[in-house]
Amino acid sequence: MNLHEYQAKELLAARGVNVPPGGVCDSPAAARAIAEDLLAHGANLIAVKSQIHAGGRGKGTFNTGYQGGVKLFKTAAEVEAAAAAMLGNVLVTKQTGPEGRRVRKLIIAAAPNIQKELYVAVLLDRSLARPVLMASTEGGMDIEEVAARSPEKIVKVAVDPALGLMPYQARKVAVALGLRGELIGHGAKLLQGVYRTWWECDASLVEINPLCVILTREGKLALQAVDAKIALDDNALFRHPDLHAMRDLGEEAPLEIEASKFNLNYIKLDGNIACLVNGAGLAMATMDIIQHYGGRPANFLDVGGGATREQVAAAFKIILQDPNVQAILVNIFGGIMDCNVIATGIVAAVKETGLKLPLVVRLEGNNVQAGNQTLAQSGLPLVRGDSMADAAQKVVAAVATR
Amino acid sequence: MSILVNSQTRVLVQGITGEFGGRHARLSLAYGTQIVAGVTPGKGGQTFDGQVPIFDTVAEAVRETGATASAVFVPPAFAADAILEGVDAGLDLVVCITEGIPVNDMVKVKAALAGRKTRLIGPNCPGIVTPGEGPDSHGGCRIGIAPGYIHRKGHIGVVSRSGTLTYEAVWQLTCRGVGQSTCVGIGGDPVNGSSHLDIIQLFNDDPDTHGIIMIGEIGGAAEEEAAAWIRRHCKKPVAGFIAGATAPPGRRMGHAGAIVSGGKGTAAAKIEAFKAAGIAVAPTPSEMADTLLRLM
Repeated sequence: MNLHEYQAKELLAARGVNVPPGGVCDSPAAARAIAEDLLAHGANLIAVKSQIHAGGRGKGTFNTGYQGGVKLFKTAAEVEAAAAAMLGNVLVTKQTGPEGRRVRKLIIAAAPNIQKELYVAVLLDRSLARPVLMASTEGGMDIEEVAARSPEKIVKVAVDPALGLMPYQARKVAVALGLRGELIGHGAKLLQGVYRTWWECDASLVEINPLCVILTREGKLALQAVDAKIALDDNALFRHPDLHAMRDLGEEAPLEIEASKFNLNYIKLDGNIACLVNGAGLAMATMDIIQHYGGRPANFLDVGGGATREQVAAAFKIILQDPNVQAILVNIFGGIMDCNVIATGIVAAVKETGLKLPLVVRLEGNNVQAGNQTLAQSGLPLVRGDSMADAAQKVVAAVATR
Repeated sequence: MSILVNSQTRVLVQGITGEFGGRHARLSLAYGTQIVAGVTPGKGGQTFDGQVPIFDTVAEAVRETGATASAVFVPPAFAADAILEGVDAGLDLVVCITEGIPVNDMVKVKAALAGRKTRLIGPNCPGIVTPGEGPDSHGGCRIGIAPGYIHRKGHIGVVSRSGTLTYEAVWQLTCRGVGQSTCVGIGGDPVNGSSHLDIIQLFNDDPDTHGIIMIGEIGGAAEEEAAAWIRRHCKKPVAGFIAGATAPPGRRMGHAGAIVSGGKGTAAAKIEAFKAAGIAVAPTPSEMADTLLRLM
């Protein structure tokens, strides 16, 4: 589950990470009020930041033609006007796809006097099975680009889960980031706060990009998390009701939300051959084999190892809501589950939905003869596949001849 | 021979009184596996299906029955604790079937496993099958949730992150009259007990395993690590398949660990690593068995 920037900053700030002063709002009037308050307290530049789960906001374009989802202003009136232009409209960035995301909330914050931009993240190192703190002097850039171009500019420290991020490790990273004098201590504290956010929230990623060295109005150097991103481990949400409550359904595809209600794992893709499969690995492999034979998968759909009749019916309904779908491939390896139960579920679902599209079914496993017989006797115009390859070729051919 | 388990292995089931654990304990018993104990705290002294004694703790079950391996069917919130209870009791092998364990729990488990003798398989896996000699491979050791009857006793080792793709590969072999030494599902989570490489090394040392099918998927670098080792050390023919070539980046494909992030863990990179290591890559999941058999 992904969080918004404002939610990420709340969690970080609660653990001692300095973030720009400001607030969150969902109306132009509230935006103006926050801006006025910040200006009254000495801010001279105000950032207005669209809250969507996608990067590239600054260079994005709204469906109204308004340019920029993150902008800087000097007056409260300009902030109010920008808020009116952003709120309720759809922002398209390089990461959102052409459909974009609707902006429902804005961060209004004091823009700092930035001296230097750094990068900090905590994530899981799968090979080590440990969290790593990753930092770079190349802040404000795409870290993957830095990793590809100048990997020597990235420092990594693995953390022992029993110890947490030790102060010496944090100081080592602070020094590697070029911090000097009392900023080393401040930086180390901030890094420990970032790590604690990762661990305590069961995050899969905490990223601060950029982490800025700023010049305060008192003329001192300080550190501030100017942008922040947090992704949470879905498996751990059960023990964080407060974090679960931060889920924004407006950021998720409606069909994927619908599927999750039936414990179905559905991910929409842009092809035209829908698939319905049991097991995540087999579901991925089914998409792959469709592509191998020249077709394009419309979705990933795992009905799970023990799919029920109800789940199969729900799966069909979800698949059919995708207007791009021109044919369906069902691929079931029923190890323990009874293929005949699945076949009965398929027949019922096809009749219930009044399916008109070509349907290819490949059943294998437990009680497969009875399952195939159920399909054959259903009177439905479905095609049987003998193997994955056979089924994939048949469904690709069905689309090609339409 | 086989790896990890054989028909004599004495197995206990943690969570045997749950619906899921009970159903699969029953199937393992029907397969001829030595299920010698169940563990459910608070239900010690009862018996499962009138034949398997239930204990309150793993330590007691081990002491009373001589079990050396465990199948964990405990809900996600309690699974890490159940795994470590098995480690503490000195089991040789813990196989965790549970899906949905928080990643940080597994990070802690991995740290706690260091220096202990217990090998962990899983979590989020179908488990292990060493097929038996009987009809439909009856009499083998089945720990977990794989269908036993699709197996056949023989000399091919299968290792995979995915359950149903394992079954697919096993069934392809069995349909061609080729049996398996042991089939191991290592699980689809980002942090797991044993890697592809761990299992490949066991197969390489097992005189009864003559060829290996290794099935991977997008996410992480475990397949690449295994491939690098195979290139230098593996004495046996290996065929491979990687699922997820068509998966969009940044999305988790069902398994918690199946995600391409930051351009890392792509199917293309893994297939490249396989080819560089001399592993025969199946062009489609329908050809996993044939790809291996062409090498043998």
